[in-house]
Amino acid sequence: MTQRITIDPITRLEGHGKIEIFLNDQGDVDRAILQIPELKGFEQFAVGRPVEEMPRITPRICGVCPTAHHMASTKAVDAVFHVEPTPTARKLRELIYNTFMMEDHTLHFFFLGGPDFVVGPQASPAERNILGVIGKVGLEIGGKVIRVRRECRDIISYLCGKVIHPVSCVPGGISKGLDEEHRLKFLETAKFAVEFAQFALQIFDDVVLKNKEYVDLVLGDAYTMRTYYMGLVDKNNRVNFYDGDVRVVTPQGKEFAKFRPSEYLEHIAEHVESWSYIKFPFLKKVGWKGFIEGESSGVYRVAPLARLNASDGMATPLAQKEHDRMYSTLGGKPAHNTLAFHWARLIEALQAAETMVALLEDKSITDTNLRNIPTQTPSEGVGIVEAPRGVLIHHYKTDERAIVQEANLIVATVGNSAAINMSIEKAAKAFIKKGQISEGLLNMAEMAFRPYDPCHACGTHALPGEMPLIINIYARNGELVRQFKRSFAPDGSDSVE
Amino acid sequence: MNNSTFEPRLVGFLCNWCSYTGADLAGTARMTYAPNLRIIRVMCTGRVDPQFVLKAFKEGADGVLISGCHPGDCHYQEGNYKALRRYKLLSRVLEQFGIEKERFRLEWVSASEGVKFQQVCNDFTEQVRRLGPLNLSRNGGKNE
Amino acid sequence: MSDAKPKVAFYWCSSCGGCEESIVDLAEDILKVVAAVDIVFWPVALDFKKKDVEAMADGSIAVSFINGAIRLSEQEEMVKLLRKKSQLIVAHGSCSHLGGIPGLGNFWNKETIFRRAYLSTPSTENPDQTVPLEKTVLQDGKELTLPTFFDTVYALDQVIDVDYYLPGCAPPRDLILSAVSAILEGKLPPKGSVLAPNKSECDTCDRNKTKPEKLAIKEIKRTWEVVLDPEKCFLAQGVICLGPATRDGCGHRCINGNMPCRGCFGPTDQIYDQGAKFLSALASILDTNDEKEIDKIVGSIVDPAGTFYRFSLPKSILGRRRMEDIK
Repeated sequence: MTQRITIDPITRLEGHGKIEIFLNDQGDVDRAILQIPELKGFEQFAVGRPVEEMPRITPRICGVCPTAHHMASTKAVDAVFHVEPTPTARKLRELIYNTFMMEDHTLHFFFLGGPDFVVGPQASPAERNILGVIGKVGLEIGGKVIRVRRECRDIISYLCGKVIHPVSCVPGGISKGLDEEHRLKFLETAKFAVEFAQFALQIFDDVVLKNKEYVDLVLGDAYTMRTYYMGLVDKNNRVNFYDGDVRVVTPQGKEFAKFRPSEYLEHIAEHVESWSYIKFPFLKKVGWKGFIEGESSGVYRVAPLARLNASDGMATPLAQKEHDRMYSTLGGKPAHNTLAFHWARLIEALQAAETMVALLEDKSITDTNLRNIPTQTPSEGVGIVEAPRGVLIHHYKTDERAIVQEANLIVATVGNSAAINMSIEKAAKAFIKKGQISEGLLNMAEMAFRPYDPCHACGTHALPGEMPLIINIYARNGELVRQFKRSFAPDGSDSVE
Repeated sequence: MNNSTFEPRLVGFLCNWCSYTGADLAGTARMTYAPNLRIIRVMCTGRVDPQFVLKAFKEGADGVLISGCHPGDCHYQEGNYKALRRYKLLSRVLEQFGIEKERFRLEWVSASEGVKFQQVCNDFTEQVRRLGPLNLSRNGGKNE
Repeated sequence: MSDAKPKVAFYWCSSCGGCEESIVDLAEDILKVVAAVDIVFWPVALDFKKKDVEAMADGSIAVSFINGAIRLSEQEEMVKLLRKKSQLIVAHGSCSHLGGIPGLGNFWNKETIFRRAYLSTPSTENPDQTVPLEKTVLQDGKELTLPTFFDTVYALDQVIDVDYYLPGCAPPRDLILSAVSAILEGKLPPKGSVLAPNKSECDTCDRNKTKPEKLAIKEIKRTWEVVLDPEKCFLAQGVICLGPATRDGCGHRCINGNMPCRGCFGPTDQIYDQGAKFLSALASILDTNDEKEIDKIVGSIVDPAGTFYRFSLPKSILGRRRMEDIK
């Protein structure tokens, strides 16, 4: 009788991640655990660094969303120095940030999450990648994806020096501005981005929502989880990526908490397990009750669907329309369907693009007053942004010379770490019964994981767009009984054995 | 290791025109001083690249001395001022690496100051003896 | 499938993923690369099991690009395995070249890092003082393992023999392309070369022409306290810029973002210790011989070791902070 299943994906996580599934005597899933075996120690080696260097150090936490760290860090440093950016600098930062969200979300959808959706869960592995997506929706799209990504990244490179590890945001503002020539050029990109985001939503509509089988999966129980949801909102409780208050809603959708970044410690705490290097944030006022869902458990979720759930709507008109459409399809707000993260991601991309246009149509973005030089004694500060993958918190304490004495980081994906574990377990329980492991397990387990777009997602999966998996099935005596292996061959073919 | 039996291994970069000559003077005058300093003659303290100091520590020195002409007397005009600036900054860096300030010294010893050289040698040796061995090789493991 | 195409592998150690992104940023050019090679191993994208790599014949992989620093036992094992199976190893990016930002961990050790991450951060609620363990035994007797976390971070060539280095955080597009072409065409420089020009950045920096004949500064300014002039040499403005001690080839991206260089390309060939070299350069341009004034200026430089060795701490001569000094 098989006792334990090891799933060894090594993708999308820093370095390595493995899933262990334990069966009970009946052959049903007892427990599933995702272990993250990677830690760098930024919270410790920040100590002793000049705080204004943190926006140049912390992007190295993640090379896929470095802009998120650069921005959260800069906002924390602003707070440490008790300074605000100039209005123009703020607009530029918002431009950079929304451009980044647009680009990152788009890439994820087409290269990673999208293939599940667009091509369908029952499609052969050979088709479940960007090539399959292109095959399904047309050759043009591949070129458009590359173009929108490149042009957005050019905006970030121009304003921030580098797109992988931006440099130019500084306390009280930004080090580089925009001239009229580039404003007009980037405005063209922004308009194209809006078109493209709408196009992507259209594809979603045509290919996903019209596929009943897939819709059933989205709405089905295996991928549904009732948790609290957390996201940044503006004054009107609309989704905002760059700034705002943090809002938390219950699984029923009622506002549970709304707090300023500086108050985060009253609301968020982190739990530690000895079998993983990652921590598990939870709502302090509810408490850590374990890896369980529901109103009495402090587990919450972040990232696209959570943000939309935690808000009263989108901040831009076209995105708002899509938001309404999504919720009416899913049966109301909040939506608990994990797979709907993919959908929410596209709606956010549209808002990001619309915001880019609005910012670039405002000529005052070319103004040259870019810095407020700090004058007050530095002390302590918190900066929060919405990274593509969730609420990102940077918190620094310094001495009077602005040297970091303590740092605390709660990094986006980590907000979902408990939920990811639970999603995998739920999917495993749905598909592994009585010791029978179906071929579909490979896909199904992956699908529980992918919507969260954990950390190293994105372009590193340029072509295959699927997670390679190995499942080992051990008998009680530890003997390897069976092995499922999905391998990818460079010519695009794929096999499951 | 018992500190009282610990013999510090010291490296000294001495400038040719002043300090090395001063050390020679101490020798020819048969002055007695601690034998712990291994002397490396350079033409000027301005020649002392911080990399030399770091390498000395890495290779097992418990203390490093740089000794040159008094300010204003440098054979090459400003070399010793360069050394002074580098020394100040390098001391700060060494502290961050956990190497105590007292292990790294800058002195001005002229060609006629045999006595001063004797004093510096003895003093530095005792100071480093009190600090104990540096034991850098016990770190990490794979560095080279 | 033809076997004529060289086999290529990519692997990441303690990495942020930026180097992997830099491969994707080749954008359209990546297709040409992909067509020319046989990617046999890319953990983020391809099925990977250590056993598969072990089963490959020694030296059957033409070139492996390894990014990330070595921080965990699993990474050490993997890179040693790849060394056996590959003809060429390219250290891809600052972390594998010099240790990179994770190398700043060498100011600390495992205990202090764990203590901070799992016990003392203000948001952590950990009444049982749980920390990650290499082996956890669950209630039902099942064992879960985690790789060992080292006290010290290593650059790649401190663990295995490295053939070439592709510098940068992350390496710029054209550098990667020319490195890959050189490998495919077999036109490589001598083993151990860094695949970037052997000159310092100031050589091609646009702001070089704004440097006065004799660069001498009386005050050091931190980037938070001044508005940075978008055209003048940073050092001439009194702002620390590691350009003089850093290898050229990055395209001055940070400078173009109007921020000073932090040295991610590492030193030129002739230098062992980038931080020490920069220290010399900075000391040389301080405009005073008066000891009191020197003390004042040097005192105003904050975090010299963390700034001069921002990317290169593990490869510095001392390598790490003395363990006994860490409490």
